[in-house]
Amino acid sequence: MSYEVALPILVPLFAGALSLLCWRSRWMQRVIAVAGTGALLAISIWLLMTVNREGYVIMQMGDWKAPFGISLVADLLGAIMVVLTGIIGFAVALYSLAVTGRGHENFGYYPLMHLLLAGVAGAFLTGDIFNLYVWFEVMLLASFALLTLGGERAQMEGAIKYVTLNLLSSVIFLTAVGLLYGMVGTLNMADIAYKLSLVEETAMIDVLAMMFMVSFGIKAGAFPLFFWLPASYHTPPVAVSALFAGLLTKVGVYALFRVFTLIFNQSPGYTHEILLWGAGLTMLSGVLGAAAHFEFRRILSFHIVSQIGYMIMGLALFTPLAVAGGVFYILHHIIVKTNLFLVSGIVNRLKGTYDLKKLGGVYKEHPWLSFLFLIPALSLAGVPPLSGFLAKLVIIRASIEAERYGITFVALLVGLLTLYSMTKIWAEVFWKAPPELGEGEKAPKVPPLARHQRWLLMLPATGLAACTVLIGIYGQLIYDLSVASAAQLLDPQAYIQAVLGVQP
Amino acid sequence: MVKPGTLILNVAAGLLMPLQLMFALFLLLRGHDEPGGGFIAGLVGAGAFALYQFAHGPAATRRLLHVDTRDLIGWGLFLAILSALPGWALGEPFLTAQFWKVPVIDVKVSTPLVFDIGVFLVVLGSVLTAVITLTELDQAEAERKERREEGRDKTWNR
Amino acid sequence: MEPLMAIAIGIAYATAIYMMLRRSIVKLVIGILLISNAANLLVFTAAGLKRGAPPLIPEGASAPIGDVADPLPQALVLTAIVIAFGVLTFSVVLIRRAYLIVKADDLDQMKDTDT
Repeated sequence: MSYEVALPILVPLFAGALSLLCWRSRWMQRVIAVAGTGALLAISIWLLMTVNREGYVIMQMGDWKAPFGISLVADLLGAIMVVLTGIIGFAVALYSLAVTGRGHENFGYYPLMHLLLAGVAGAFLTGDIFNLYVWFEVMLLASFALLTLGGERAQMEGAIKYVTLNLLSSVIFLTAVGLLYGMVGTLNMADIAYKLSLVEETAMIDVLAMMFMVSFGIKAGAFPLFFWLPASYHTPPVAVSALFAGLLTKVGVYALFRVFTLIFNQSPGYTHEILLWGAGLTMLSGVLGAAAHFEFRRILSFHIVSQIGYMIMGLALFTPLAVAGGVFYILHHIIVKTNLFLVSGIVNRLKGTYDLKKLGGVYKEHPWLSFLFLIPALSLAGVPPLSGFLAKLVIIRASIEAERYGITFVALLVGLLTLYSMTKIWAEVFWKAPPELGEGEKAPKVPPLARHQRWLLMLPATGLAACTVLIGIYGQLIYDLSVASAAQLLDPQAYIQAVLGVQP
Repeated sequence: MVKPGTLILNVAAGLLMPLQLMFALFLLLRGHDEPGGGFIAGLVGAGAFALYQFAHGPAATRRLLHVDTRDLIGWGLFLAILSALPGWALGEPFLTAQFWKVPVIDVKVSTPLVFDIGVFLVVLGSVLTAVITLTELDQAEAERKERREEGRDKTWNR
Repeated sequence: MEPLMAIAIGIAYATAIYMMLRRSIVKLVIGILLISNAANLLVFTAAGLKRGAPPLIPEGASAPIGDVADPLPQALVLTAIVIAFGVLTFSVVLIRRAYLIVKADDLDQMKDTDT
């Protein structure tokens, strides 16, 4: 019995419960936060190694046989995503030790963080479509509470939009699950895939596919459903936005990957064409939105949207190379985007503002921090030899091989515009001289940074930057992993067989 | 603002609350073999405390509970996860139900029961947290308003 | 029975969407409540309705006798109700706090974070 497939869900839940029980002691909560996320990281690496060695790792919860019980299934994509969850969770937990105030800690910051991680890991590992809905909701409830932590006006406004649109997405998802159950009478994704391949009337399947696409599209922040994202991601405490930026939209992307490779692969000419157009428009609208802004975190939020486009593009092209590129892109993006948010938080902690116009001269004072920004920023734009270059290379090459030159052009253009945005931040925040204070203006007051706090802030950012560089250097390793994972994704028969045992 | 206490409500709450709590316990244990279970028991239990709160106010409810509502959630979650683990020790998947018979009094104990108790506590804790916090928020707001109005009265008199 | 339910569900969805499109936040929350209940009913109906045949196993048997209702959608709906309940609790607290801060029950006055 391979317990490592359930442990990435149980460990954060357990840590969350313990953390909730110790809510009176800040010190205990902090210890549990670091230990819990560290354990999650270790277990997820163990899981990835097992999956890489043995193929699918499956556990039937409560010993109820598939397709009647809930199966937990880890394939390569799921395992990779869980490892990323572990990395991001650990980095953000360390970072939170330095930036989370007493008020937030008393309000339950750490238990909610563990709950969020459990929800994310659960969504990546479940093999049951209703269970996926449940994990989505666990994740959303935790994120709602984290988003409103502190209760400032901007947070309330952002939260209302976030809550409404994400709930709408959940309702569409639930409706689609209900209709799907009405059609095939099962909830196990492998069983659904098998039974849907026997259904002859494909019109209804396409309707369902569209409902899933809209629902996951909202969660992923795809065009034209992304408006909640830039309206809310820049409002919460920075550790929270880093966690959200890295993981939440990617759960939507993962769900798209899972559903549109395993279940709705009957008419790619129809569904995947729509996805491709969506991907192109997502990239463009995201990057253009970012170009118009002068607030650190708002620019980064818009870039989440534009980068989501690349991942969906990988899925939409639906060739082995393209899907591998999509997986590679997710892998690179989660690390880089979290890192950028962490750096924006450090800048804010040092200077007291996120406004590009009021910032300046950071390079002179903190050269190491500037370097830490430069690595993920250039990687995001796709400058060799960093991780973003390889990810973009694979996807663009796949699009040329598929002879979809339109999307190739869009992807290249968006890469260029990303570089423009990143250069803008670099020039405004790090390079230019600090702006002169106007009449009656005062520089925002920031409390002095203790030495251990400085370490806690810099360490996660440095670690993630190192990951980016390493992915660039050991690109072949990650590329092979992505190709293997794409091969698994494009072979639903193997998945069905692995989950259900013998062919029914 | 919720005003604690009319006479009828106070007396009724005193009589109804023990009944409701006993019914909650009954539902919790009955969920073992028959319709019932932790969630519904938690709701009925929370209903009992909510009624008490309407009669006597949030502060009295906190005193009556003795424990903080957040502790209830923590313990509930903890118990629910604990119930997943015995399967592991026996080499079966997580959450596999285990049944034991207590020899002398002939009662069956099982991990689903532990899970149900966990759910019961989580539901009780979270509903009460929400209800009590909302009432307290409301009361604080009303008190502020009252103070403001009192202040205005004084200036009028002057 | 199913056509009747379908019409009722359709009306519930339509009302919910109408409510969600209003400017008032309270109506927005009512819309959310209604739409999640409509979705629950839909799950229940789409899986097939059956009256008077609970999926209970009689004493001494090892499987339910005869044609009984499918217990799975009931479990799904129960789970979905629990989730909707949690979300609703959260949204009520949220709009209460938002109202205290913004002092208006109007989404048009909440555009500061829009772009």
